[in-house]
Amino acid sequence: MKFKGHHIISMTSFSRDMIDSILETAERMEPIALGKQRSDLLTGKILAVLFFEPSTRTRMSFETAMYRLGGNVLNLGSVDASSIAKGETLADTIRVVDGYADAIVLRHPKEGAAQLAAEFSTIPILNAGDGAGHHPTQTLLDLYTIKRESHLEGLKIALAGDLKYGRTVHSLCYALSLYGAEITLISPMELRMPEEIISDLEKRGAKVTESDTIEDAINEVDVIYMTRIQKERFPDPAEYEKVANRLKITPELLTDARPELRIMHPLPRVNEIDNGVDETAHACYFKQAFYGVPVRMALLALVLGAIEI
Amino acid sequence: MNEEQELRVKRIENGTVIDHINAGQALNVLKILGIPDSSQGVVSVLLNSPGKFGIKDVVKIENRELNVREVDKIALIAPNATINIIRNFNVSQKKKVHIPTFVEGVVRCVNPNCISNSNEPVTSKFDVSVEGNLILRCTYCGRSISEDIAKNLL
Ligand SMILES: Nc1ncnc2c1ncn2[C@@H]1O[C@H](COP(=O)(O)OP(=O)(O)OP(=O)(O)O)[C@@H](O)[C@H]1O
Ligand SMILES: [Mg+2]
Ligand SMILES: [Zn+2]
Repeated sequence: MKFKGHHIISMTSFSRDMIDSILETAERMEPIALGKQRSDLLTGKILAVLFFEPSTRTRMSFETAMYRLGGNVLNLGSVDASSIAKGETLADTIRVVDGYADAIVLRHPKEGAAQLAAEFSTIPILNAGDGAGHHPTQTLLDLYTIKRESHLEGLKIALAGDLKYGRTVHSLCYALSLYGAEITLISPMELRMPEEIISDLEKRGAKVTESDTIEDAINEVDVIYMTRIQKERFPDPAEYEKVANRLKITPELLTDARPELRIMHPLPRVNEIDNGVDETAHACYFKQAFYGVPVRMALLALVLGAIEI
Repeated sequence: MNEEQELRVKRIENGTVIDHINAGQALNVLKILGIPDSSQGVVSVLLNSPGKFGIKDVVKIENRELNVREVDKIALIAPNATINIIRNFNVSQKKKVHIPTFVEGVVRCVNPNCISNSNEPVTSKFDVSVEGNLILRCTYCGRSISEDIAKNLL
C-alpha cells in the first residue's frame, strides 16, 4: 500500500485495508505520542498549517503530531493578518505555500476546498474540515478510539444527538459500515439521520435501527457516541431544552451499565454528558482527543513517505 | 411527422439539425451553443413538434457543425437528441448524443457554499451517472443535481 504523496481528502476514498493500515501505524506511534519515546522520523520536514476557521483540538493535535516526530510546523497565523484578507484565492495561497513546506493541513469554511487545494498542490493536502464537507482525520481517530477502547469487529454502537447535520457522524457511520457494525441511531425527530444515508449504510452492510431514548440502548451496545445538539437548530428555545434534556448521559443512567460500555464524544460538549460521568470507567472522550495525536502522526508519516506499509 | 409541416422553414444547405430534443429544452440547447452570438447563419427552432415518441423540439443551425464538447453538453439536457449533419441539403451523418461520464464548466453547483462557486480559478466539475434519470455529482463538494440541470447551466 502506498500512501506517499497522497492527499487525505475524504473517507470515501479509503478501503477497509487502508483504514486498518493507518490504525496499525497509529498504534506504533502511541509511545511517541505519549512522550515516552523520542522520534526523528520527520526531522527536516515542515508542515504548513492553514486554518481559515478557528479550531483548537484539530490544529493543536496536528502540530503536536508533527513535533513529536521531530518535524516543524509553519502556521498561517490569523487570517486577517495574512494576504487572504486582501482577497487572495485559496488556489494562489496553496501554490505559494507549496514552496514553503512538505505537506499542508487545511481547514476551510467552504465545501470542496481540500479537493481544490489538492488540484493546485504538489505536496500532500490533509483535509482538517471543509465546511459541512469532510473531516477524515476525525473519523480515523474515532475509529482508532473504538479499536483501542472497544473493538471494531462485531461492534454494536449507538450514535446520539444531531444525526441530521453532523458530518462527523455520517462519515463515521460510513466507515463503520465497512466493518458491518450494528448501528442504533438516537435523535429527536427533527434531527434524524437523512433517509438516503440510512439506506446507503444498509446497502454497505451496516445494520441500522432508530430509537429516541438512550436508556434502551445502554445495555445493548458496546459504544455510545454522543454529539452536541446546536441550539440554533431549534426556533423554539423551550423545544431545544426538552430535546437536550432527553438526550443526556448522567451517572444515574449508567448504574447498571456493563463495565465494557464506552462513551465517546468529539468534544466540545455542552451538557449532553454530565460531568459526573467523567470519573466513570465508561468515559473515553478525553482519551479520544488524545488519540487524535497518534492517528495524525501516522497520517503525516505515511503521506510524507517516512513509513511504508 | 410529415415533412411538409416540418419544412415550413427553408431547407438548409449545410449545417446541423439537432432532432428529438426533449420538449421544452430547445432554448437551453441554444444557450449551450451560445446562440445567437456564436452563429452567423440562420437558426430555426421548432417547439412542441409532434414526433414518433410524442412532442419534441428541433433546432436547425445553418453553416455550423458542433464539436464533441458541445454535443456532450446537449446530452445532459436532451439525452435522446440526434445530431444530423446536413451537407448539400441531405443528412450526411446522424449520431445519437451520448451521455458523458464527466463534465466540466457546463453546470453550476447548486450548493452555494461549494468552493467551485467562489472566485477560485476553477470551473465546475461533475461526475455523471444514470440511475433512472441523469445525476451530476460535484467533484468538489459531492452535492448531486438531477432535476435542475437545465436551470443551472453556466
Ligand atoms: N436539408 C435540411 N434542412 C433542414 N432540416 C433537414 C434537412 N434534412 C433533414 N432535415 C431534418 O433533419 C432531421 C433528420 O432528418 P432525417 O431525414 O434523418 O429524418 P428521420 O428519418 O425522421 O430521422 P430520425 O429517425 O432521426 O427521426 C429531421 O428533423 C429532418 O426534418
Ligand atoms: Mg424523425
Ligand atoms: Zn459543489
